[in-house]
Formats: sequence, structure tokens, C-alpha cells
Amino acid sequence: MNDKHIDMRNVRKIYRFFTLDDVSLALEPGQIMGFVGPNGAGKSTTLRLLMGMNSPDAGQIRVLGHEIPEAQAVAKRDIGFVSAEMRLLPHTTLGWHMEFMKSIYPEWDGGYAATLVKRFNLRPEQNARSLSLGEHVKATLLLALARRPRLLILDEPTTGLDPVARHEVISELMDVLRDESRSILFSSHNTVDVERISDTITFIDRGRIVDSDNKEDFLERWRRIQLQLPDGVELPALPNIVKREVDGQFVTLTTNQFSAGLRSLIGPHVTHVHRMSLEEIFVANVMHHREARAQ
Amino acid sequence: MYSGINISQTDARPMYLQIMEQIRARVAARDWPPGKELPSIRALAAGLNVSVITVKRAYLDLETEGVIVTRHGKGSFVAEVNGLAGELREEQLAEHLQQAAELGRQLGLTEEQLAERLRRAQRQTGRKE
Repeated sequence: MNDKHIDMRNVRKIYRFFTLDDVSLALEPGQIMGFVGPNGAGKSTTLRLLMGMNSPDAGQIRVLGHEIPEAQAVAKRDIGFVSAEMRLLPHTTLGWHMEFMKSIYPEWDGGYAATLVKRFNLRPEQNARSLSLGEHVKATLLLALARRPRLLILDEPTTGLDPVARHEVISELMDVLRDESRSILFSSHNTVDVERISDTITFIDRGRIVDSDNKEDFLERWRRIQLQLPDGVELPALPNIVKREVDGQFVTLTTNQFSAGLRSLIGPHVTHVHRMSLEEIFVANVMHHREARAQ
Repeated sequence: MYSGINISQTDARPMYLQIMEQIRARVAARDWPPGKELPSIRALAAGLNVSVITVKRAYLDLETEGVIVTRHGKGSFVAEVNGLAGELREEQLAEHLQQAAELGRQLGLTEEQLAERLRRAQRQTGRKE
């Protein structure tokens, strides 16, 4: 019995200049997962493997219960895939695309499509060549959403959008999640969006998963601790410190496993304990793993 | 947007705490009376554009505090406990008095000067009513 929407295990894919190695992902129905990594980390490669556009060299992939890439045709009926690179066909209109989708997908929801046209402020009769980048993104997203797929896989859906368009797109994604049988996987390097709407977050760097957890636990675990140590006072050995910066008496510790126990271990010299934003956690996490791998 | 609850990106507190505080304030003010049904977790998440897990966390903690009760399969409601709103106001008062004491100390006011300022504030509030 496996009702996960995405179940990717120990996947490897070797290219000439890049290797994706030991990548595992799990997405439950009703959840949004933010997939975060620097440029070239392997985000798009991973999403393309999930869509069966490439075959893994090792490991297993199941999407909506179907083996990928073998059963991709069945799985894709219920997946909406949008990448920031997608464009409407030149010399056509959004309206033409909507008619086309309607003719091949029985689940096409014409009423919802019309609502989205209004909310996204699009004009179905406009020629694709005169659309802005943001309009292309919103149009391709509309074409995916109006099919009402159970799973949305979105590659950088908010990249290149102005703040208003980003807000419109994010509201629409959250609306999808009112239905707890649907789920979304989206990649991004906009950590503000990810921090806001994701239930689980996975960090990837240089072809490997760096960390994956539910968002609240991520934010709860990481802390930056500032202390002032009088001359002659030494810190005891501390567990789970990923970074230690010393400037005279002033010490800044970054931990990925904060607890009351750790705080009392450090003793009375703590001046501040700060929570960290997802962006700070992401950078500290990636740097820590790069150092560990270099050793 | 749902009922004026806001998530501020410049507020350093985590989003679940911001949600808790605003719900507590509505309960304390009796805008949300005992027994009132709260929006479902998914509806509030969609309304605020924040993740389901964040709203879930806020509701769980509010339940632990006794501000709301969750009935399985039926939803969450403002707790019927007598005097709960009063307790919350009591806490708010304690917090504000502590802040006033701290500001008084920073301004170098004596105990009597600070007490006099409080009496003056009371007289002004009295006149308004």
C-alpha cells in the first residue's frame, strides 16, 4: 500500500558534467513541497525524471502510484507540469490552447478556466507573440490548473513574475490545496515564497539532497546564538554546531538542533538567541554540507 | 483574505505565533465569542496564503492553551471555559504594566511619578466614557 503522490528512492542520473546521486523525495496528498537549491543544483533534472522525460540510471520512481518512466502516460493524465521556460505556441492564442486542452482532457473545467482568465488578467484572444514573460507563465499555469490535476509539478513557477503576479499565482496554488487530495511540488530559489506556503521543504545542492523536513521543524531546529565570553573562559564541547564565528570575546554559533539542553550547556554567557529565516537556514545548510563533503 | 488576520514579513516572530496572537486578541475582545466555529485549517491557510502546517501548528498550540477546542471531524471552536476571555485580558494587562514599568525605569521616573501617570491616564479614560 503506497498512497504517496511522489515516492522517489535513491535515484541516480549520470551526465557528462553532472551527477544526480541518491535523491529521495516523498510527497503526501494534501501537501505542498518546496524544492530549493542554487542554480545548477539538479532541481529541473529531478523534476524531469519525475515526469518521465528522462530515465534514471538507478533507483525507483513512483508518481501517483505509477512506475515512472514505464507508466508515465497513465500518470500524466493526472499531473499538471509547468516550467518557467514554457511558452504558448507562436501564431496561436490562449483561447486556442484552451479549446485544444478541452478536446483532449475530459476533466477540463471550463468554468474554472474562465475564472482564472479574469483573476490572472489575461485576454484569451491575444496573440501569443505579444504576451509578456509573466503572461506566458500565468497562461501555462492556467492551462495546467484548469485540468484539475491531482498533482502539480511546477519548475520555478514564480521566477520572473512581478510582485502582484506572484501574489496572484500563490493565492491560486493555495486555493488548490483546499482539497486535501491534491498536492504540489514546486522548485524555487525564492525562499520567501517557499517559507510561506510549503508544508515540507527539501534542499538540494550539487546533485544531492542536503536536508528535508517539515517547515515548522526546520524553523524550530535552527538558531543563531550570540555570546560574549570573558577572557579565560572556554566553551565546553557542544553538539550540533554547524558554524562557529569568533571575534575577540564575541562568539556566534549556528546550530541545526537547538534545544533548551544546548542552551544550558553553553551557560550564562548567551546574549541573544535568534530564529533564522528559511533563506539563512538554506545558505548555512548548503555551506555546512559543502565543507563536510570537502573533508 | 480572512477576517483581517495578517501575516507580516517584517515581524520577526514565526508565522504561527502571529496567527495565534491575532486569534487570542479576537477571543479576548469577544469578537469571537465562546462556541464560535473557527475557519477550517485549510480554509484559513488558503485565505492567508500560508502553509497548512503553519495553521495546524497555531491551532494545536491554541488548543493546548485552552483558547480553542477541536472536536474530531467537526472542526475547531472558541472554548466555552468561563472566564477565559478574562484570563487573557489579565495576561495582556500584566504584559502592558511590565512594559510601562520598564519604560518608566528607562525614563528615570520614580514609583510615585509612574503611579501618578497611571492615575492621570485613568482619569482621561474616565472622561471619555
